Formats: sequence, C-alpha cells, structure tokens
Amino acid sequence: MGLRFDLLLFTIALLSVPVLSDLILSRVDRRIDLTSQVVRTTSTLKVENAGSDLVSEVLLAFPDSQAKHLAYLSASSTEGKGKAKGSAVSFPVEIVHPKGMPPALTFYSVSLPKGLGKGDSLTLDVLVVFKGALQPFPEKITQADIQLVVFYETAYYLSPYAVKVQSLSVKLPDARIESFTKIENTKIHGSEIKYGPYENLPPFSYSPIVVHFEANQPFAIAQELVREIEISHWGNVQVTEHYNLVHGGAQSKGEFSRLDFQARPHVRGASAIRHLVAKLPPRVHSIYYRDEIGNISTSNLWGDHKKTEMVIEPRYPMFGGWRTAFTIGYSLPLQDFLFQSDGKRYVNISFGSPVNEVVIDTLIVKVVLPEGSADISVSAPFPVKQGQETKFSHLDLVGRPVVVLEKTNVVPEHNQHFQVYYKFSSLSMLTEPLMLISGFFFLFVTCIVYMHADLSISKSSPSYLAKLQWDEVQAAVQQVRNIINRCLMIHDKLEASLRDLSRTGDVQACKSARKAFDGLLKDLSKDLKPLLASLQTSPQAAQILPKVEELVGKERDLQERMMAKHSTVVDSYEKKSSGREIENRVALQQQKITALRQEVDDLLDLIDEI
Amino acid sequence: MAASETSKETILRYAFGNVLSFFILVLIGVLAFSIRLFSVIKYESVIHEFDPYFNYRVTQYLTKNGIYDFWNWFDDRTWYPLGRVIGGTVYPGLTLTAGTIWWLLSSLNIPLSVETVCVFTAPIFSAFASWATYLLTKEVKGAGAGLMAAALLAMVPSYISRSVAGSYDNEAVAIFALIFTFYLYIKTLNTGSLFYATLNAIAYFYMVCSWGGYTFIINLIPMHVLLCIVTGRYSSRLYIAYAPLVVLGTLLASLVPVVGFNAVMTSEHFASFLVFIIIHVVALVYYIKGILSPKMFKVAVTFVVSIGVVVCGAVLAVLIALVASSPTKGWSGRSLSLLDPTYASKYIPIIASVSEHQPPTWPSYFMDINVLAFLVPAGIIACFSPLSDASSFVILYIVTSVYFSGVMVRLMLVLAPAACIMSGIALSAAFDVFTRSIKFQLPGATENSERDAGETSSNSVVAQNDVAKTEKNEDAVKERPSKKNRKKEKEKENVEKPSVKSQIKKKLLILPLEASIIAIFLLVLLGAFYVVHCVWAAAEAYSAPSIVLTSHSHDGLHVFDDFREAYAWLSHNTEVDDKVASWWDYGYQTTAMANRTVIVDNNTWNNTHIATVGTAMSSPEKAAWEIFNSLDVKYVLVVFGGLVGYPSDDINKFLWMVRIGGGVFPHIKEPDYLRDGQYRIDSQATPTMLNCLMYKLSYYRFVETDGKAFDRVRRTEIGKKYFKLTHFEEVFTTHHWMVRIYKLKPPKNRIRGRAKKSKSKASSTTGTKRIGTKKKNPWH
Repeated sequence: MGLRFDLLLFTIALLSVPVLSDLILSRVDRRIDLTSQVVRTTSTLKVENAGSDLVSEVLLAFPDSQAKHLAYLSASSTEGKGKAKGSAVSFPVEIVHPKGMPPALTFYSVSLPKGLGKGDSLTLDVLVVFKGALQPFPEKITQADIQLVVFYETAYYLSPYAVKVQSLSVKLPDARIESFTKIENTKIHGSEIKYGPYENLPPFSYSPIVVHFEANQPFAIAQELVREIEISHWGNVQVTEHYNLVHGGAQSKGEFSRLDFQARPHVRGASAIRHLVAKLPPRVHSIYYRDEIGNISTSNLWGDHKKTEMVIEPRYPMFGGWRTAFTIGYSLPLQDFLFQSDGKRYVNISFGSPVNEVVIDTLIVKVVLPEGSADISVSAPFPVKQGQETKFSHLDLVGRPVVVLEKTNVVPEHNQHFQVYYKFSSLSMLTEPLMLISGFFFLFVTCIVYMHADLSISKSSPSYLAKLQWDEVQAAVQQVRNIINRCLMIHDKLEASLRDLSRTGDVQACKSARKAFDGLLKDLSKDLKPLLASLQTSPQAAQILPKVEELVGKERDLQERMMAKHSTVVDSYEKKSSGREIENRVALQQQKITALRQEVDDLLDLIDEI
Repeated sequence: MAASETSKETILRYAFGNVLSFFILVLIGVLAFSIRLFSVIKYESVIHEFDPYFNYRVTQYLTKNGIYDFWNWFDDRTWYPLGRVIGGTVYPGLTLTAGTIWWLLSSLNIPLSVETVCVFTAPIFSAFASWATYLLTKEVKGAGAGLMAAALLAMVPSYISRSVAGSYDNEAVAIFALIFTFYLYIKTLNTGSLFYATLNAIAYFYMVCSWGGYTFIINLIPMHVLLCIVTGRYSSRLYIAYAPLVVLGTLLASLVPVVGFNAVMTSEHFASFLVFIIIHVVALVYYIKGILSPKMFKVAVTFVVSIGVVVCGAVLAVLIALVASSPTKGWSGRSLSLLDPTYASKYIPIIASVSEHQPPTWPSYFMDINVLAFLVPAGIIACFSPLSDASSFVILYIVTSVYFSGVMVRLMLVLAPAACIMSGIALSAAFDVFTRSIKFQLPGATENSERDAGETSSNSVVAQNDVAKTEKNEDAVKERPSKKNRKKEKEKENVEKPSVKSQIKKKLLILPLEASIIAIFLLVLLGAFYVVHCVWAAAEAYSAPSIVLTSHSHDGLHVFDDFREAYAWLSHNTEVDDKVASWWDYGYQTTAMANRTVIVDNNTWNNTHIATVGTAMSSPEKAAWEIFNSLDVKYVLVVFGGLVGYPSDDINKFLWMVRIGGGVFPHIKEPDYLRDGQYRIDSQATPTMLNCLMYKLSYYRFVETDGKAFDRVRRTEIGKKYFKLTHFEEVFTTHHWMVRIYKLKPPKNRIRGRAKKSKSKASSTTGTKRIGTKKKNPWH
C-alpha cells in the first residue's frame, strides 16, 4: 500500500501546483507518539505571511489513507512569547475542498479570526489523533508470538505551502524495533527515531517512511459504546455504559493454552487485554460491573477525594480478535453535574468513556432528562449527530425526553464536557409521589366501599332470601341457647342455695332465693316463647327445629325436677329430717337430674354443630 | 343484661383478632420472602443451577415473541440435529407466571429485566405458599394451627432449597399450587359450595401447568374420597368436592400441550376415574336408600350386587388386559420408579444418574425438615381427635408423602408442607393445652375461670390466637379473659367446629402450673432451634447458585466464576451456528448463557442421543472425533475439577456416560473402564480408561501445572501424564481449569494424514484402540 502512495504522491510533487496564498512555513516540528494504539501527532507550525494580502485561513493537508483514520484534530496557538505565554487559543477547524488541488488529499482549514497581516508570523500547535493507523503485521499470530505493527508516515511535512526547516521525531514504545525506513539524516535514540532537519522543501513534498515495531499494548476497541446518563432531580445521576469490546490487534491463531498463559504471562500472551482502568469522577457510588449473564467478579475499586479508579478485568484475557461485552454502571451526586443559568438548568458531564485505553468506533450518548422537561438544547465542543427519543420508566405517563448524541471514531481526546440545557419546574417533582398517594387512597376507598356495599345481584332471589332467613334462624337459635344457658346457670345457683341450706340450715333464705329464681325462670320461659314461635314459622328451621324443641322440652323437664328436688329438700329441712333421710329421698331425683343435664349439654353441642 | 354492650365488645375483639392475624400473615409472607434472599445478598441476583436456566431462556423467548410463538416454538438450538418442540414439551405454568408478572410490571412502566423477575418469582411464590398453608390448616384445625403451620412453612429448609431467589424452577410455583389446590378441596369439602369446587378445578389446572407432580394430587384426592366412602363418611359435600374436580380438572388438564391426552390415557390418572365411578355408584345407592323402604332396599341390593359384580368383573378384566398389554403398564418411567424404587436403577440409568432421584439418607430428613420430623407424629394424633373429613385428608397426605420422599430425595419437597401442617397442628394443640392450664391457675384469672367453668359454653376461640401467644405470652394472658362470648359470632361456627368439642375436655386437661410453664418454655426453645437451623440452612447450605463457587481461605474470599467465563467466551468468540458437545448436565446452561447449539441437554428425552455423546466421550480420540464430526460438532466442552478440587466434574460422572452409552451401543462395556470393579484414573487404571476422550480432554497438559499431575478430587496422581491430542486442539481453558473447551481439528490432507496416523498409532497406543477405530463408531 505504501508503495502505491509513493508513486501517487511523487507525481503530485512534480505537478507544481499554483500556491494558494503566500504563506510560508518557516519551521515545522512534528512529534509522533506511537506508544499507545492511537497515533498522536503534535506539530508546531511557524506560519509566515510572505505575501501582501491578509490571510485568514491556513490549510492542513493529509493523504486520504491517513485522513480516513483521523479522529481528532485541533489547532491552537499560544499568545505571547517565551516565558510569558498566555493561555492557548484554539481555532475553529473545518474540512474544505479547495479547487485545483491534487487528488487523494484531504484538506482541513484552520481559520484565523484575526487574520495574518503582511509579514506577520504565528505559531500554530496542531494536534492530530489517528485511530487505527497502526496495522498489525503479521496479521495472525500464535499465543507465543509477539505482536508487531507497522506505521506509515511521510518524513517530509505534507503541506500546500513551502517549508523552510522541518524535523520529525517518532516515539515508539520501549521495545524491539523490527525495521524502519532510513533516509538521510535519520538517527535513533533508544526508542525514538529522528528524521531531519530538512530544509527548503517545496509544497507537497513527500517521502514515505515505514516503521515496523513491537507493540504489546492492548488494542482495546469498543465497536459500540452506549452511555446512558439518567438525571433524577431527587439527587442522582445514573450512568450506564454498555461496551462491546474487541481486541483490534493481531488475530490470535492456533491453540490457547491457559497453562502457558499462567506460567509465563508476559511471554505467552503479552498483547492480551488483561484489565482496563476506568477513571470515574469522585464521590461515585453504587458501582456495578456485569454482563448479560451476571456479575463479573474480577474488578477492583479504590479512590480518594479527587478521583475514583476502577480496574475492570474482562471474564477472560482477550487475545487478538477476541470479543466481549459488558456493562458498567455508577451513580453520581446530582449537584456535581447539574447547574442553573438564566432560568434554565443544564447538565455538564463528560462525553467519552471513562476508560482511557479504549477507542470507540461508535459512541452513542443518551441523556435521559426528567419527565416534563422542555426546551432542550445541546452544546458540544465538536460536531455530533443529534436525535431525540422517549423513554418510559417508573411511574411515567408521557415518558422522559432522551437526547441522543452519536459520534463515530472517538478517542480519549474527545473526553470533554458537553452541556444539555433544559427547563424543568421543581413542582413537577411532586407529581409522582402525589400519583402514588392518590393511587393508594383510591385503592383503600374502593376496599371500604366494597366491604360496605351489598353486592348481591338480586334482592328477591330465593337463595338470597334463604340466606337471610337462615341468618334469622341462626340468630334465634343462638338466643334460645343463651336462654337455656341462663336457665342452667339458675339451676346451678339453686343447687348452690341447697348446699348453703345444708351448711347453715337457714330455711328462710333458701325459700326467698327460690322465689327469686322462680321469677327469673318464668321470665326466661316467657322470652323463649316468641323465639320458638318464630322458629316454627320459618321454613329454614325445619332441620333444626326438632332438636331445639327437644332441647326446650328437656330443659323444662329438668327445671321441674329441679324444683321438685328443691321443694323436697326444703320440706325435709322444715321437718327437720336427718341428712341421710334427705339424701335417700333425693337420690332418685338427683340421678334423673344428672341424666337430663347430660342430655341437655349434648343437645346444646349438637345444635352448635348444625 | 348488657347484651348489646358485650356484643359490641366482642365484635371489636373479633376485629382486633382478625387484624392481628392479618398482620401476622403479612409478617410471615415477608419472612418467607426475605429468608430466601441470602443467595442474592451473599452472591448476586442470578439464575441458579441447570433447569432454571432453561426456564429463564423460555421466559425470555416468551417475553420477546409473545404467547403464540411460544406455543409453536421449535427450538433448533438444542438436541442437534433433532431439535425440540418446546411449546409442547414444557410445563408452561412457571414461564407464563413470570412472563405475566413481567408484562404487568412493564406495562406499569417499571423497568425490571426478565432476569430480575425470574430470580424473585420463587420467593414471592413461597410467601403465597405459606398463606395457602394458613388457609389449608385453618380449614383443618382452626386459625391458630394455621398461623403456626404458615410460619413453619415459610422457613422449612426443604422448601427453601428449591425456592431461594434465583432458583427459578417449576417447584417454586408448584408447591404453592399444590397447597392451594388442597386448600380448595378441603374448603369445598367443608362447605359443599360449587363455587369453591370450580376454583379447585382451576387451581388444579394451574398445578398441571406448573409441574409433573400434579399426578400426586390426582391420586391423593381420589384416595381420600375412597377413604371417606369406605369409612361411611359419604356426603353430598364430598360429591361436590370430587366430581367437578375430575370433570373440569381433566378437561382443563388436557388443554396443556405437554399433558394432552395423557390426562385420560395414562395409568397415573386411572385412580381418579375409578373413584369417579365408585362415588357415583355410592351416590346412587344413597339416593335409592332414601326413596325405598328398608325392606325393598335389601332386595334391590341383592339384585344389583349380583348383576353388578358380573359386569364390573368383565370391565375390570378388559381394563387390566389393556393396561398389561403396554410394556410399562401405562406408567411413565419416573412414576414407575416411585412405585418400585429399584425400577430406575435396573432399567433407566438416565433417571438413576440424577442425584436428586436417589433415595434420601436419614440425615437429610433432619437437614430438610428438622424438628418437624419429631412433631409430625404428635400432629397425626391431634388430627385423630376428633377425626373430621379434613383432618383425615391431611393424615393421608402426610402418610403418602412420607413414602414418596423415602423413594426420591426430590419429593422431600412434597413432604415439607405436610410436615409443616402436622407440626403446626401439634404445636398449636400443645400451646392450647399449656396456656389453658396456666390460665386456669393464675391467681389473677381465677375468678374469670370459675365463671368460665360455671357457664357451660365458654370461649371457643381461644385457640385462634395461639400463635400470638407464643410470640407475646403475657399479652395473650391478659387479653384472654375478655375474649369470651365469642360464640356469639355466628359466621365462624363452621370453622370452629373442632375446637367446640374441646370444651368438654377442657375441664379434664389441666396440668400443673409449673409443668405447663416449663413445657411452654421448652416448646419455644424447640421453635427457636428450628428457626436457627432454618436460617443457617438458608444462608449456608442452599443459597449457592452453583454456577459461581466460593471458598474461604486465609486471604479472604475466593471466587470461582469459571463456568460463566467459559460460556461468555463461547458466546462471544465462536460462530453463532457452531455446535458444542458436552455432557447433558451443561446443555441448558450452554444454550442459555452461551447461546450455542448443543447436542444434548438436561431434558434427556432422547436416550439414544445421550448415549451417542456418552459413547463419544468414552471412545478413543479418533472414534470420538468421527462421532462428533458426524454430528457437526465444532467444540467439545468438559468440566474438570482436578486442579482446584471441584468434585462434581465430568471424570466423576464418567461412569454414567459409559453406562448410558453402553446401554445403547454394546461395544462400550463398563468393565473395560474398571480395574477389579474399581473406578480409578491412576496408574492402575485400564488402558481403555486412559485412552478415552474424556480422560484425555480433562488431563491434557495437566502434568505441567505441578510436575506430578496430582488430581485434587481423586487424591491421586493420574495414570497417563504425557500425551498429545491429534484430533482436538485446546482453544480455551478457564482461569481455574474448571471448564476446558476443545475444537475439532479439520480432517487432515489424505496422503500425509494416513502416513502420520499410522505412525502415531503404532507408537502411542495399544492394540485395543486400533480395533476401536474400526468398530467403535456407531455411525458406521
């Protein structure tokens, strides 16, 4: 591939194209950092206006082969000179297609707001980050092999302007260098290769170089990362990140031996992804790390008041070409990220992934705002694709507005803060609790209504009437039982009075007691009559009536015998009979009474059961 | 008298008692739910074990594709190349329940994942089950016993073992359905209401949907009906309780695809139809007895009996001939192994190979039902005084379930509710006696008690609040005197029937004060011991999800998450259509977690297919490769515990593979793998054993870990340490070596391959293998 471009660009260089403007790059220093999987090129361009017109834009050229990897580009300049350097001013950059330029080149234009007058000069710092510019070679390696990558670049700065003096230094990871292109003025210092200085080169000069070196750093690429940031005005920002990770380095082939990996981890499987470090904001809590089949137990967390670091290990070490998917989630305190200005609220939160080693093919950031938010606008430091969705969550009626931001080719440099502005009234926070309260209120009200309402379909249906009658019968039977019970109690008291008599011999007291009880018993039997009558009329009572009547009869019988016994005993006492004599006279009656009493008890139980 | 005042007071007391028992029930529900959360707290909210993964996968499918697709689902991810008709072979109760809960929640915009719903289905239903136990026991012996039984069931270890959070298995909902069906049956029997009879049929339908154990219901209820008829307890209530259940229940049951015509064709249901006929005959006899005079009736009986015996004899002969003509006598294998415990080990090794189908040991009774085992006899005695229809049912229930639990460990689960009900009754009766004795002798309560004794009918509802008493004894003692005259409450009379009779005995059963206090103290101690045991069992013994293992070492907790590591690797780093072969234990997990097609899984419906895999595992490498290749298998997964000492690995299960494989393919002979009848893998092992695929895949390069190849499970050095794999290559081994995945190598180039093969064969293996390569592949 490199060779093809050589030829192409060589021809370009020959076609002396008319120079756009009269700018000259008096000095270009480029430093290329290859120590990670992204290629960071920092160029310091000293731009001079040799012409007479005011120039307001500077063109940066990249061959298409590089431009397709370009992920991030920023141009800035520091005002002031020497030690009194002011803050860096960054200039807007956009892609342009100027006419009359050679093909297979992509141009970016840095516009200078102040412009560059005649004879003025400006030092421009350009940071370009390429993603996926390092190609593994060989493309497939075994577990024991080391991972080698190649990198293509030009030794001369490719520019539509003439360059007076330039130099290039390539910083490699601290490891073996397989080969690199040697041209004039090439030096190597440890892990750094230096090209240049080269002087007075015409526009569009190009000299391809290839560096082939060992790179064992993990090539963690998230093919898709979905970050969902949910704002709750109850004091919480919930971030959920779904990673779809692949090792983008040299493909693994042949066996994977756990034994070799465990015995000599840095020789067998040097390029495997063992762990990733996520740098989370401070005061983060409720962190989890899981995938679709459950919690992943291989993670570690520590932090202080400035930051929180989470070391996440995938379920298995990832070799070239292996994939995995996982989710991390954490909660943040709201006051660190939500602010207010001009009657609007805005969320200020970082855009990219907290894992710095990961580059992302497609990043989707969803900001879920509370239900009822309006007037939503987004401000991002770089262009992103925007969209809107609605999400339904706990107790939502109309759904929460979701701002969807999408960006491809994301590198750690994109990890900047962006803002989502929206309007939200604090009163809307109360809707959900109120909904809950009213919901429970109505639930209880319906319960009360249900309990108090008579929901039988027809008030005249036979079964309903039968039920009513049965209730009446039961009530009547209950009353009968009560009366009988009271009678029985009086009997007991009569017995007690007899015992008193035998103890004290006070006949008068006994007689008066007898009188009182007689009265009571009469009252009770009076009470009993209407009940029995009502039972006799009720058809429902047919089953229970004979038993009740039997009960009443037995009780009356019992009562009579009781009275008889009482009279006998009192009589005998009046006649001053001896104790034995009385007992003899009463014995027969007593037997019958006991038998009757037993029968009455049984009947009571029986009625109870019915 | 101030009748109105007292009645108001009683209503208030009554309401108070109701509210109290309601709150106790709520607390019991919370207890039942929360005691099952140990697994979530100690591990994580994850589906457990094997079968739950399948249920989880089915639920996922249901929630994604809807109910109609679910019924028609043909699963091509399993039993390759046969597939499985999931909709027609699965008990859908659990899946539909969880699916409905999920659907309900998501339609209320509560964003819970299907997994979360599945994890918490079992604890929720165990709360329901304890409420159902309350209802059932209340029907049998009153509310006090009900509350006691519900509290016991909420934490009985046997049930916990099947219903911890994450144990998403049929039993989780089936036990609730079982108890609830029984409750509705008893309720119908007590009330004679057709409404409850219909509900009973619907509950039975839910049970049929949920679990194959529904045959227990459809055999137990007929047995009880028969018992009632034989003991002369036939009544119209019995008829209403039974006849609608059989008719409606059978109709509904046959709607479940997995049951279908089995509901009328298999012998498991035969008893219900026989009793159905008998109850009609009996009903007819009672009717005729009612309309005929005794003399005429006698004549009619002799007439009908003489004809009836002849007809019945003929019908029975035909039936017996029909049943006997089928080889299994119309019974399914699992049911047969219940009737004849030795059946499975004789004929169906695949049923016998499952550890939960083994008979239990004595300690497992103590482990699973603990002190209940000692309380059950007391409960049975309490049920006999007085013996009602309902109490005879629970007696029958406990007797049959004790038998079944003795045959299969798994059915301990059916015993647990019965044991809880019995123990609840026993404890409640004991507390009743002791607290009453105390009450009659406490100085403060003497007046009241005298008056109580004077009134012939005193409170009958004291029993109701017994559970409250156990919890706050003093309160109950204070409250009790005022709880008299409860008899005026007319509604409850039916329910309190058993306790009414106790009033006669009340005067007799008064124990000395000190004895009763000590006895209550001991009973509370017993209960406390039970609680401690249950919590321990829930926390330590039954909460492990078995896909994640932990061990405590001196440097803290160590987690073995190897299974999920392997499944995650399979799911992300193999092709979607790759087939994975493993022993059937891991089939459900592989399909659910790795989403890869498997050859056999835990459904075990096709013995031949499983035998094929068993044969491959017990064959030498080349023959195994040919079998696997003919099944399109690309990866072979084995579970190996030798490095970390995980005992239930494939080497320990290997003899079952040999047995099951040998049952279908006779060239696999069990004695070839045993040295003098002993299963060993050390240097004394047979060459067949040392050359079989399972041995090789398990121990490949194992010697290089410690230089000696010491197997920590078998506690020995392995027999053959250095060998190479020719037809398989290792593609993944988990962190603790517990799961090893091998890939089948593509067939070699012909000419070179032949030369190499013959060389390696001559050098490395014995003659048996050469014969084996020719003959041992069942596919040629």
